[in-house]
Amino acid sequence: MKHLTSYFMCTTALCFVAGAAAAQEELNALVWCDHTDPALIQPFEEANNVKVNLREYEGTGAALALLEQSRPGDWDVLVIDGIDVFRAVEAGVLAPMPEGAVSTADFFPQVVMEENNTVDGVTYAVTEKFGYNTISYNADKVDAADMESLSTVWSEKYEGRISIYDYYLPVMGLAAIAEGVATAEIGAGDMDAIGGVLSTMRSRAASVAGVVAAQTALATGEVDIVVGGGEWLTAVLAEEQPNLTWTIPKEGAVRWAQSIGVVEGSENPDLAVEFIKYIVSPEGQARLATSSCFWGMPANAKAGEVLTDAQKDILRWDSQPDYLALTQLYPAPDADLDIEMQDLWLETLQQ
Amino acid sequence: MTPAGPSRQGWGFLAPALIWTCAFFILPFLVMGAMSFATLEGRTLVWGLSLENYIELGQKAYLWRAVLVSLEITLTVTVVSVVLAYPLAWIIAYRVPQRWQRLVLLLAILPFWTSYVVRSYAWLLVLAREGVINQTLIGAGLLAEPVTLANTRFATVTGFVHFFVMLLTLTIYANLVQLPANYRKAATDLGANAFQTFWHVILPLTLPGIVTGAFLTFVLCIGDYVTPQILGGNNELTVPQVIMVQLGRRADFPLASALAIVLMALVTVVYLLSSRWLRLDRL
Repeated sequence: MKHLTSYFMCTTALCFVAGAAAAQEELNALVWCDHTDPALIQPFEEANNVKVNLREYEGTGAALALLEQSRPGDWDVLVIDGIDVFRAVEAGVLAPMPEGAVSTADFFPQVVMEENNTVDGVTYAVTEKFGYNTISYNADKVDAADMESLSTVWSEKYEGRISIYDYYLPVMGLAAIAEGVATAEIGAGDMDAIGGVLSTMRSRAASVAGVVAAQTALATGEVDIVVGGGEWLTAVLAEEQPNLTWTIPKEGAVRWAQSIGVVEGSENPDLAVEFIKYIVSPEGQARLATSSCFWGMPANAKAGEVLTDAQKDILRWDSQPDYLALTQLYPAPDADLDIEMQDLWLETLQQ
Repeated sequence: MTPAGPSRQGWGFLAPALIWTCAFFILPFLVMGAMSFATLEGRTLVWGLSLENYIELGQKAYLWRAVLVSLEITLTVTVVSVVLAYPLAWIIAYRVPQRWQRLVLLLAILPFWTSYVVRSYAWLLVLAREGVINQTLIGAGLLAEPVTLANTRFATVTGFVHFFVMLLTLTIYANLVQLPANYRKAATDLGANAFQTFWHVILPLTLPGIVTGAFLTFVLCIGDYVTPQILGGNNELTVPQVIMVQLGRRADFPLASALAIVLMALVTVVYLLSSRWLRLDRL
């Protein structure tokens, strides 16, 4: 009888667990690596009794291809480069955000970026994080004064000690800024000038590296400068290697921003909106800003009330007004110019 | 009288492999082939029989240079790996006592047990300016300043060779241990010296092992993305790296497919050239 009772209790418990598991909702999000930090996701999962399935991707093209090949309802949330929101809208993979669902009233005004997140008066995404593609360097190895001007960053003096961040848009944006061309005004006619700067930059560089490789190169002393780097590159290393730092040269730098939206056809649109509301809440923003993958500034200025002073120091919270004034958004080329820019980038890599 | 075809039972046994091959090789290959003749208009894929992607391949220098870079690296890796693996396989087969051979082979393939990506990053640290090699040479007074080893073609080739020497050692060793010892004794009895025995008897008989290993090295090396990406520092792009760029940002599947077809064509040519000696059944 005792055995029978135990058996009954066990099966009941199993049924209960299975039932609970079946009742638990799931949210599928296509994200950048900073969203995979459990410290960011777990609080939302626990508060909403939901399982968030995350899939990282690299490159908007890959994300759009994945979404187009998926069945409607497979994905609920998309994190995307701020300048590519219009591409996602054109491809029909982003759903309009319910009006007034997500407030941007507390955001830094310069990063609300309605012109990027809104198409034909309809809001499809909201900015969640931003930062800078500028110059990261080892303060023990290079003259900090040289890093204050783009004309001296990739000079002969630092030949073989430079790594270039492997993403053509911000680096070409920096090249354009060095030539006095605003990133928003880059056109086909500027390709020769930008190509000249890229060529010089490339001839002085030891490598063209992705996020991890650039971090490794800077941390191990393989290079002393990363063109296109920024707080996202050095902040996670700040504790161990405070000599690795970054600056925005006097000519300016490029500002990146990532947006988040609900995927068209989501089977959990309400939950997806709840997730976005959590991500842009002060608490979610503070966790996203200090994600173990990479740090970056939260779009919501209220996150400053949650972040510690040490974290704000690393993010250079107090300097943001100056930085925002000095930086320009990523170049946002149309399809033809984009192909031209990519071709120029690849030709430079192969030179 | 004609030989009977496979029985119903034979087809039954063959079916899983046939279905697998059709579903995961032939069908995707046909789709990729068809895709290479399609074009991208804006973000819309237009199916057709356009040669645009192949023409673009010939017109854009960075694309055909990627093919050349891939070929140069792959051929270098294959030759260096064969040159290093043959003596190693010889020593294991003929100089190491038989009871130790299994252990030595196990040690030889130990690097396979670690993650491919981790191994590549480990090489990056070894070859870095502040890495083990530079620091050792500077410490020994052989170098005054560190030399650039990482983020070069040398680094890419080193990472590949480390991996493929083990593969080739296994295929050549498998061939060597199958040769009866009498062949060497007979050659010696007929007056051949050690070199003549090797050159006229052993080497021709081990060609299938060498060619099989070299072919596998070629196939795996020319299609590899990770090693050149991590160790080459993007200082020159191989075909898989260019394919990744087409997919990652542009989602240009037609051009990426055309590049993949070029890779397949290169592998097919190498297969045809080496088919006389290929013995994949010896693996």
